[in-house]
Amino acid sequence: MKLITALACAALVLAPAAAGKDRRGAALYAANCASCHGLNGQGVPTPTPGANGIEGQGPPLRNVGALAADFYLRTGYMPLANAHDQPSRRHVVLTEAEIRALVGYVASLGHGPPIPTPHPGSVPAGQRLFTDHCAGCHQAVAQGGYVTGARVPPLTDATDRQIAEAVRIGPYLMPRFSTKQITPAQLNDIVAYVDYTKHPDDPGGWAIGHLGPWPEGAVTWLLAAAALVGICTLLGRRLRA
Amino acid sequence: MTKLKDWLIAAAVLVLGRGDPPTREPEERIVAAGEPERRAENVVLLLFLLATLAGAAFIVVYALDRLSDQTQWLGLSIGAAFALLALACTVIARRLVVTEEIAEPYPEESEDAQQEIEQIVEESGSRFTRKRLVTVAGAGALGTIGAALLVPAASLGPLLHTGELYRVPWRRGRRLVDESGRALTAADIEEETFYTAYPEGADRELIGAPIVVVRLPLSEIHDRKDWAPRGIVAYSKICTHAGCAVALYRKPTFAAVEPRPALVCPCHYSTFDPARGGAVLFGPAGRPLPQLPLEIDRSGHLRFAGTFSGPVGPGWWGVRMGKARS
Repeated sequence: MKLITALACAALVLAPAAAGKDRRGAALYAANCASCHGLNGQGVPTPTPGANGIEGQGPPLRNVGALAADFYLRTGYMPLANAHDQPSRRHVVLTEAEIRALVGYVASLGHGPPIPTPHPGSVPAGQRLFTDHCAGCHQAVAQGGYVTGARVPPLTDATDRQIAEAVRIGPYLMPRFSTKQITPAQLNDIVAYVDYTKHPDDPGGWAIGHLGPWPEGAVTWLLAAAALVGICTLLGRRLRA
Repeated sequence: MTKLKDWLIAAAVLVLGRGDPPTREPEERIVAAGEPERRAENVVLLLFLLATLAGAAFIVVYALDRLSDQTQWLGLSIGAAFALLALACTVIARRLVVTEEIAEPYPEESEDAQQEIEQIVEESGSRFTRKRLVTVAGAGALGTIGAALLVPAASLGPLLHTGELYRVPWRRGRRLVDESGRALTAADIEEETFYTAYPEGADRELIGAPIVVVRLPLSEIHDRKDWAPRGIVAYSKICTHAGCAVALYRKPTFAAVEPRPALVCPCHYSTFDPARGGAVLFGPAGRPLPQLPLEIDRSGHLRFAGTFSGPVGPGWWGVRMGKARS
């Protein structure tokens, strides 16, 4: 009986706080997201004039869950000024408390996956998986590149959590990978490998920005050319003397 | 046969023949006549011969597939050929060409100038006693090294027996399996992502074996609807341009404003449309990605149902002349 009373009291005290957070999330959503994603997260399929003169258009957020909201807000991908632009990593304007409130509100719109908590696993296993699933676009050392119609971001600034989130949702043109394709344990390995690429060992010495074999070869040839010109000058001087 | 012999004799006479047009002896030499250097010339001839042998050795080593340390022998032989050639050139420059420094004002533009240069070049070679033999030896060395550099091209593919290039390991009714050999069912294939699959029980190293499988909403399938049960389409994973693995799949998060789904090759960005029979959307590929017709059996497994839409693999001179066959 005592326990129930205590719980009831706690509920009475906490309820307004929770409602307050919810209200704050709703207000932030209305101000930053609603013109493109709809007032209740139902999406805006065709361009519709909204608040602040923004031509709103965007996908529904009903069942994307806390996972997607956390990813898009913490990378600065959202809010996006123009729906036709590719979202890219930007300075995050929202405060930590605002992000929490907004993520909570988006999660409450439907039944989506929660925020994952990856624990970096095996680097060698991660390298194999990364080569199979990710390197086609992100390059073998996660430096990013291009796919027709979009830039592929480098993963140097991606946190463990953001890597785990991006694999599941597939932001912009990236495919998404279910737990059947990449298990949570395999995802941990991939995270470990991406972490490794941020500070690789560089056994060959000079890394030249990890741009790959072609620039490395070009630099070698340039150095070799300089050496050859030097030798030629030396030979020429000896012959003239 | 006799004709061939005649031609060979004619070629030999052309190369070695003594039928030189009589050269006019200029009244006045520009370059002082040098002493004939029989010894240096012999050394040059020997070096050219050795360079020829080293070049030929490269070709032999390349042909001997089972040789141990083949790579090292290849490097040694071609390296030696170039080194000997360089040595021969050095000996010619230092011992055989008459060198003399002449300082003179910048010459006026005249017809004689060209003639004078020709005369200098002609006279600089006065130490050579067997000019033609040295030329032939040098040409032989260069030709052999050139041939050695071209020989690896023979490994690029079959020249005459091209039938193999059209063969694919897919038979009607063969099931699709994933990397670990598990048979794929239609329920395994989700939208907005891509899968690599192989023919069950076949050699995965064959160029026609790997395929890429994606699922699109049925309403978006534009061409060959009956090849795509429940919107599941399959294409060869080998790019029709240079034969790289088509390892990229782009899918829009919000289709209204983003590029439509496409299979992309990471090598040169050839981009193929999975909804339109693998048509080329962008890039250097000259023909569509070959599509496989699929069917779903009673147990829900995906099976190959017919023939590829075109020959599998990169472009080559006869790729459009044949059809993929099992």
